[in-house]
Amino acid sequence: MKALVRATIGILLVSGVLMYIAHAMDTTSGKSGKNILTVYNWGEYIDPALLKKFEKETGIHVVYETFDSNEAMMTKIEQGGTNYDIAVPSEYTIEQMKERHLLKKIDHSKVPNLKNIEPDFLNLDFDKDNQYSIPYFWGTVGIVYNTKMIKNHNFESWDELWDPSLKGKVILVDSAREVMGVGLNSMGKSLNSTDSHELQAATNKLIKMAPNVKAVIGDEVTQLMINGDAEVALTWSGQAADMMYENEDLTYSVPKEGSNLWFDNMVIPKTSKNIDGAHKFINFMLDPKVAAQNADYVGYSTPNRAALKLLDPEVVNDERYYPPKEVRNKLHVYKNLGKQKIGEYNEQFLKFKMSIR
Amino acid sequence: MRKKGNLLSLIPYYIWILLFVIAPILLVAYYSLLDLHGHFTIENYKNFFTSVYLKMTLSSFWYAFLITLFSLLVSYPAAYFITKLKHKQLWLILIIIPSWINLLLKTYAFIGIFGNKGPINAFVQAIGLPKQQILFTDIAFVFVAVYIFIPFMILPIFNALDKLNPALIDASRDLGASKFTTLRRVVIPLTMNGIKSGIQAVFIPSLSLFMITRLIAGNRVITLGTAIEEQFLVTQNWGMGSTIAVFLIIFMLIIMLFTGEKRKGAVRNGKTK
Repeated sequence: MKALVRATIGILLVSGVLMYIAHAMDTTSGKSGKNILTVYNWGEYIDPALLKKFEKETGIHVVYETFDSNEAMMTKIEQGGTNYDIAVPSEYTIEQMKERHLLKKIDHSKVPNLKNIEPDFLNLDFDKDNQYSIPYFWGTVGIVYNTKMIKNHNFESWDELWDPSLKGKVILVDSAREVMGVGLNSMGKSLNSTDSHELQAATNKLIKMAPNVKAVIGDEVTQLMINGDAEVALTWSGQAADMMYENEDLTYSVPKEGSNLWFDNMVIPKTSKNIDGAHKFINFMLDPKVAAQNADYVGYSTPNRAALKLLDPEVVNDERYYPPKEVRNKLHVYKNLGKQKIGEYNEQFLKFKMSIR
Repeated sequence: MRKKGNLLSLIPYYIWILLFVIAPILLVAYYSLLDLHGHFTIENYKNFFTSVYLKMTLSSFWYAFLITLFSLLVSYPAAYFITKLKHKQLWLILIIIPSWINLLLKTYAFIGIFGNKGPINAFVQAIGLPKQQILFTDIAFVFVAVYIFIPFMILPIFNALDKLNPALIDASRDLGASKFTTLRRVVIPLTMNGIKSGIQAVFIPSLSLFMITRLIAGNRVITLGTAIEEQFLVTQNWGMGSTIAVFLIIFMLIIMLFTGEKRKGAVRNGKTK
């Protein structure tokens, strides 16, 4: 018993000392005090130098945290206990967050740089008049492939993924909307379809692709494509840009039947304690120079038309990154289909995954 | 006085068990009866008995069985030889240390090892064979899982073997039993409890493995654990996720019944000493 008490006191003492040191370190690095802005963003999704620049210009200290899925981000904000001032969800999640009253309205008078955003990317269905969200980056879903390994395809059509020559070569992303979207788009249906028969038909068609599927994975695909360990992958344009930057044999194609167009947007969660600072941050990120530097670093497409003029013309005119308007018209933004339908998408996706052997 | 003090000191444990063992299980059972909109339903249970989930259950059991079998085949001889070594505690520590490293880190390391340009393929090509696709196969999955679970299998078996009275083996040999007969009739029956705990420690977690199924098997192997993760994080259908968890708990109870220590046998063993 004595030994137990002694051990307990010892552990408490050590923890106390560690806590004190951690606190002291936070104070010296300026983390205490009210002038903090907590930014919650996707991994590898900002140029860290810009955070330094923002701190220098405004004197606000930035705490930067990352997440890896919309769902995880939303759950964390919904459960409370956090004080994020900025988050960067995708469009369908913004619809859900609006429904659940997790967002604060954005005061446009405090964001004069909003004028720099391409009007095509404003006032979209998921957030009319941009009351709650400001576009950060946008992109598409398409196929990245290694031109040295795949010579007889250019993936202008989704159906090429079913070609028997690709046996065991296709990597899919482990995400129900994207993969079901391939099935639906390849049949000329909408990727927001809520028709159970269409979903069933899409699954049946996808199951025929099963012999071609090498794996269904997440971000690990980037490394596999760069190393030449994989031939073809379904992925997002920005991730494809990262891969192409590292490996020149890779290229990216958005099939002509249509695909997904997505937006990540800055929002102010209702848990924010520094609303003024959050507005300053949004306005800062919309500055043409800042947006250009960020786009250059991250590799995704910026919605900032003033920033486009400052970017490398070779990138801006590259239709793989900035598809022209007639291509964009064939792309569709995900709608929030409601829990029931999302559940159905996932059940069908699971059925498809079970068929891969 | 003394007794009272003992009872008092037990209270924290009861609270702990109530809060962190019983309450979560009740919550899981409760959520399994809710649909997406929070209404009571048994739809989730009906859904579990459709072909998708039954197939998944079968394949989970099949892979868990393979993983347990191979872990046992590797661990029993390994544990046996360690007990014969001079510095057996040191060797044991060397085997246990890797289990302190995070499971995901080890898994990521295997992605590199199994890759097309990894050391295994370099070896395969060096001896003149064509490149093999190793990553994203079920063999790779079973291999990595076995590697991860081996320490959990070795420990209980080692303890059982270590406690085994060497006089019993000598007696068996003196009475004319061959080495193999001694192993089969004396050593294995007396270490059965160690084997059973090892099987429990490996089989049950293998049923619910999830990250490895994606990273190493590329979702070509789908276990009940994968399905639970997806229901909670992506679909946000907590009801269905909980229902799968309820079945997993039931399966675990059944396995524990089969591999639990038999009281009677233990007493008899005690008497022979």
